[in-house]
Amino acid sequence: MGNRKSNIIYADHSATTPVHPQVIEEMQRVMTDVWGNASSVHQIGRSAKVELEMARERIAGSINAARNETFFTSGGTESDNFALRGFAEAFRSKGKHIITSKAEHHAVLHTCEALEKNGYSVTYLEVNEHGMVNPGDVKAAITDETILISIMHANNEIGAINPIGEIGALAHKHDIPFHTDAVQTFGKLSIDVKELNVDALSVSGHKIYGPKGIGFLYVNRNLDIIPQLTGGAQERNLRAGTENLPAIMGLAKAVELSMEKRESESERLRNLQHQLEAGLTEQISGTTVHGHPEKRIPGLTHIGFDNVDGESLVMNLDMRGIAVSSGSACSSGSVNPSHGLMAMGYEPDRAKSAIRISLGRSNTEEDIPVLVEAIKEEVARVRSAGENRNQTKKEKVVHA
Amino acid sequence: MKRKPDKGERVVAAMSGGVDSSLMAKLLLDQGYDVIGVTMKLWTYERGGGNSRAADSNCCSIEEINDARMVCHQLGIPHYVLDFSDTFHDTVVENFVSEYLNGSTPNPCVLCNSRVRWVSLLDRIGEFGAEFIATGHYARRRYNPETDSMELLQGLDPHKDQSYVLWGVSQDLLRRTLWPLGNFTKDTVREDASDANLHTAQRPESFEICFVTDNDYRRFLSEYATEEMESIPEGDIVDTEGNVLGKHEGYPNYTIGQRRGLGVAVGEPVYVKEIRPESNRIVVGKKQEVLSQTCEIAGVNYTSGITLTEPTRVRAAIRYNHRGAEATIIPGDKNTATIEFDEPQHAITPGQSAVFFRDDLVLGGGFIKQAA
Repeated sequence: MGNRKSNIIYADHSATTPVHPQVIEEMQRVMTDVWGNASSVHQIGRSAKVELEMARERIAGSINAARNETFFTSGGTESDNFALRGFAEAFRSKGKHIITSKAEHHAVLHTCEALEKNGYSVTYLEVNEHGMVNPGDVKAAITDETILISIMHANNEIGAINPIGEIGALAHKHDIPFHTDAVQTFGKLSIDVKELNVDALSVSGHKIYGPKGIGFLYVNRNLDIIPQLTGGAQERNLRAGTENLPAIMGLAKAVELSMEKRESESERLRNLQHQLEAGLTEQISGTTVHGHPEKRIPGLTHIGFDNVDGESLVMNLDMRGIAVSSGSACSSGSVNPSHGLMAMGYEPDRAKSAIRISLGRSNTEEDIPVLVEAIKEEVARVRSAGENRNQTKKEKVVHA
Repeated sequence: MKRKPDKGERVVAAMSGGVDSSLMAKLLLDQGYDVIGVTMKLWTYERGGGNSRAADSNCCSIEEINDARMVCHQLGIPHYVLDFSDTFHDTVVENFVSEYLNGSTPNPCVLCNSRVRWVSLLDRIGEFGAEFIATGHYARRRYNPETDSMELLQGLDPHKDQSYVLWGVSQDLLRRTLWPLGNFTKDTVREDASDANLHTAQRPESFEICFVTDNDYRRFLSEYATEEMESIPEGDIVDTEGNVLGKHEGYPNYTIGQRRGLGVAVGEPVYVKEIRPESNRIVVGKKQEVLSQTCEIAGVNYTSGITLTEPTRVRAAIRYNHRGAEATIIPGDKNTATIEFDEPQHAITPGQSAVFFRDDLVLGGGFIKQAA
């Protein structure tokens, strides 16, 4: 792909992905030729409307949903907010209890906290050491008051895949709507909303080589949901605001490209992931791969190195042109150990010693030995700096 | 031990997002170092209340971190944020609160520099393969072969000299610190930053305590230490003879030398002379009653490696922006000393630092315990 910047190895695809050139081309076409307002009566508007609905159909088809169940949003966060707040409001007369997990993305957790302030009660389920939710715990948490269950398809930090089919079946048995955040899995795992018993599903464009600021929410057509953005009648009256057609068409293109090669690409990433993990664990002592051996997102490796500060490792790797993440830093630079890892029962030190390497289309087999070698050297550097520091401290104590 | 990095060696530039540290990083680059910009995140505003968005410039705020990032990008160097907010909170903020509750008036910058910023940053830079840091302070250093010490000197711009807040930095750390702006004036810094088109060239300066965004420490105390502040009752304002002149609203709300807002009318201006937490009293006095000839200091650090053992003639500053007054310092045991001023000084304030100089050389400093 033509999006590798000079000699940088980009291995942070869970954070975002480079936009596919065909997506850029598609967006350029739409911005140039299809700039009409899809709500307009005239032909300029109608042609925009047609493109919009065709995109919706293609996207809906990718998860076995219908066109009138697919709503464009500004991305994963808005989709999560829409599902949680929209269902909570729609079903408030039935009850005010919500079930989620402690390892969810902040888009879900912080929204649940906001709902708590509005009189809802929320059960935050524990996860096991692999970051997975136990369906038995979901079952035990259900009460007569429960109106919504929201469990992510896969965790964004260590990539743990949840048994959402099982959780969905349980929810339906109790007639409770089930939402899942599929931002990290869409395009990588097979998703059929009927098979998985999902009533609402969040997807983001920029994790699948599409544009930022666009995503969609699938909502089961049999369920009521209250709009969170009010105004015009766009999106079947559920999400007001003139449609962002260039981004929507870019998203549709990205979905199409993801679907074409989903299985072979996931297989390729799984292979690269295995090579990488084998290389790192064999060549670097005190290394632990986190999460379930198999039930993880293809290409995502969350790995800890004893006596290493993950944040420092990320910075040192950056200085030699390798982009990975520590999985715990946010834009404000705070390095509190991540809530997800804490929920998995990690000690803060272990949580802070880890980095997340997420491989994607930008990576090839040739990248693997380069990554292994670089990480090996930088781990050694950070470890020896730490040893020197402890040595100096000890000497100071002796002299004091 | 090396006194200066070699050409091409990696140096960590502490970037606050202001114009000073921006130019400092550029100067290091011009000198041929391999520069990494680091912003130390010391405080999260959710902890301190106040409307931080309304202020033009707050250290460690998202705006300043973003500014630092933009300047580093402009300079073509990496920029990282290191979070030391727990240490800062436990050391500086806790002390800030407890000092006010003890009736003292702390200078958090001094404590931050001596216990948090330098120690924390120098502790981490080995991981980046660096041995030296640089900051945008207006201060200078000079190696003295006779004493084998690194000496701290005042910055050349008398209006901007920041050596007062640096007296607590240890020899060990001083040896590994560069101050490229020591010979600059603020005006030249702005000019040079403008000439270099640095994004932050016109950034307004910040004067407030970084974690008290609105500069209202009373508001900060009441929000941050609500329980403690509420447990302190009103008390008497008395004159030096013990006559009750009025009521105070809780002694931490007052500082030595304060004249306004006392609500006491005795015909001529009175100033806070003493804060007595044990009797919950504030003593006020007329201008000449708030003068002191001597003060006791503790926690003394002989910054430049010259340990005084005999009474010595110095110039001593008792607050930031005080140019200093002629005095004799008499060293005591356990890092204490007494400073005897030639002329009595107005409002010597416990909790503030007294810094003593020989010409432009910072001999050392200590925390003021009491004045007499």
